[in-house]
Amino acid sequence: MTSEGVAYERRSAVPVIASVRPRKLAKVPFVELAEGRLQGVVSSGSDVSRVYVSSITAGEHGLSCNTNNNRPCGGLSGAHPCNHLRALVEAAVAQYGADRVARYLKVEPPADEAGIWSVLHPVAAPGRTPEVFSSFLRHLAYLELPPSTEPLPELQWFPAGGAEVR
Amino acid sequence: MLADALRAHPVGLDEAFALVDGLDDALVHGLARLDDDRAAALDALVAAFSATPLAERVTDAIGKIISGTVSDEHLAVLAGCRVALLGAAYDALLGGLDAALGRAREPFPAAAASTDAGHLTAGSRSWLRELAIAGWRGVDHELAAGGSPAVQALLAEPTRRRLAVLLDGFAAELRAAAPVATLPRVPVRRWADLWARSLILSQDDLPAEPSAPVDGRLLILGADLHEHPTVFRCQVHGLLETAGGVRLVRTSVAAAKVDTISGASAWRMLSAFPKLLAGLAEHRSLDVAQMTLTAGGDLIWDESRASAGEPADPFASARVLLAGAVAASASPLDRHPAALAEPVLLEGYSATAEAVDLGGCVIGLDAGRLPAAGPLTAELVAASTACIGLLRFDGGRWAVQPVAVQATVRKKAVVAHTGDWALGPTEAKAAKAEAAAGTAVEVLRERAGRLLRK
Repeated sequence: MTSEGVAYERRSAVPVIASVRPRKLAKVPFVELAEGRLQGVVSSGSDVSRVYVSSITAGEHGLSCNTNNNRPCGGLSGAHPCNHLRALVEAAVAQYGADRVARYLKVEPPADEAGIWSVLHPVAAPGRTPEVFSSFLRHLAYLELPPSTEPLPELQWFPAGGAEVR
Repeated sequence: MLADALRAHPVGLDEAFALVDGLDDALVHGLARLDDDRAAALDALVAAFSATPLAERVTDAIGKIISGTVSDEHLAVLAGCRVALLGAAYDALLGGLDAALGRAREPFPAAAASTDAGHLTAGSRSWLRELAIAGWRGVDHELAAGGSPAVQALLAEPTRRRLAVLLDGFAAELRAAAPVATLPRVPVRRWADLWARSLILSQDDLPAEPSAPVDGRLLILGADLHEHPTVFRCQVHGLLETAGGVRLVRTSVAAAKVDTISGASAWRMLSAFPKLLAGLAEHRSLDVAQMTLTAGGDLIWDESRASAGEPADPFASARVLLAGAVAASASPLDRHPAALAEPVLLEGYSATAEAVDLGGCVIGLDAGRLPAAGPLTAELVAASTACIGLLRFDGGRWAVQPVAVQATVRKKAVVAHTGDWALGPTEAKAAKAEAAAGTAVEVLRERAGRLLRK
């Protein structure tokens, strides 16, 4: 992590967040690694105005899945993940890579990207549906903010990169 | 000669950075846990500022911090020390560069009026104080998320967008890195920069930047793109031809976004600025009438005051007008070496994918600033013989960030500009990827339409 002998610690514009990989959003519009959980929102297959809020805790791998109205998901039984949770994990791996997801959940990264369930030891856990759903609504609200023409000098610290990985 | 300025090392630069490093190191383990070495590093600031107008406040604030009292006022003084030291480093570096380039620069006018901070900044000050006390190593999930209410309140107020965007990008890094106690390496300088700038912008009575309306023709030199999870910004560097002469200016358009919108499809978020984007994609000049130009050299972009002009080649503009253009000075609080982005025309060099040999001086290529949203790549730079670039200073050395290149690829002349894809990628493979990724914007807008207004 050094460049020409100059330490990462003594540079201003070093990248800290690995940029996320592009993925399809129709089924799982929102995924985040936040507050000790892999959590997100999965669109319902049958009702366009319903979504499921699913989460897995880091360390304990506590599973939870409820509708946005806080009704329990019929497909989740105890430690056996429902299709929403499976879609959530698949989307997280597509977005962050299996290594980062595994590290966040505090397990050894699986040998193969699709095999992350094999290294989890799920249990049933209470969900934080309202909090995760609010987090999703805050996420969507960014798309409604008006653009800005202010000079924003601090964005010099946040270069858009990524050409080298194209 | 430019090469001489890039090789030169201003007197006092190392000493200034050493003082900054001492302050930054204190923030790693937090002001609540200062050991003797870190307390001594803070004491060195007291000595360094003893002959300045800040002497009394620095002595008082650092004495109190070392004895265990950390108030907002003391922290503002620490942030002020960093502004003074890094501002001086910026002045020395830019002064050498201006002399080498023969670049004239107008001084920054005295600013009298002040902006009203209002009540919104108390939340950010309180989170920044908790961070300073806990130190980066003490940042857990809860503390990292603690800035969120302040960010949400600031985002809702359009006049506070600058602080909101900075704080949001900073908080996202802390959330991604939490718990920092187990992080292998901490970006010490970077987080201290972001913390100190956030704290300065959270103070009351900041000076307002003077500005005046201007008429002229904007000749684009190139686009510099910036991004963090919730913002995409295109900053255009250009030459503004006015009745009074040619000025070196910037203009900026930024859109809020989310992390899953990235790469070339992020341009879609800037669709409110069709004239500016067309100017970039079609290499046209733009006529501006009564548009606001700040003392710092920022043209506040306003589509209603702009109209499309004639085709204009950025390289031709740079060759003819850049050397004689008058630059502006940054607002005093905005001076920092990492804020340097001086446009230059470099020609007749030999390049690799890592560096540009100017003959007498080899300058590093800042490849991390070549965006996925444009056609420039390190390979293209390596094949280039001329570029319009931004000179930057980070990690103790200069580097160049090309924003336009003239290259020879398979015996054919190729010209590429960062803003070429402003209206969509012009290359088949990138266009296909953009079309696929672009549906993300539509999916999220549909979800927002259905779920937000319930």
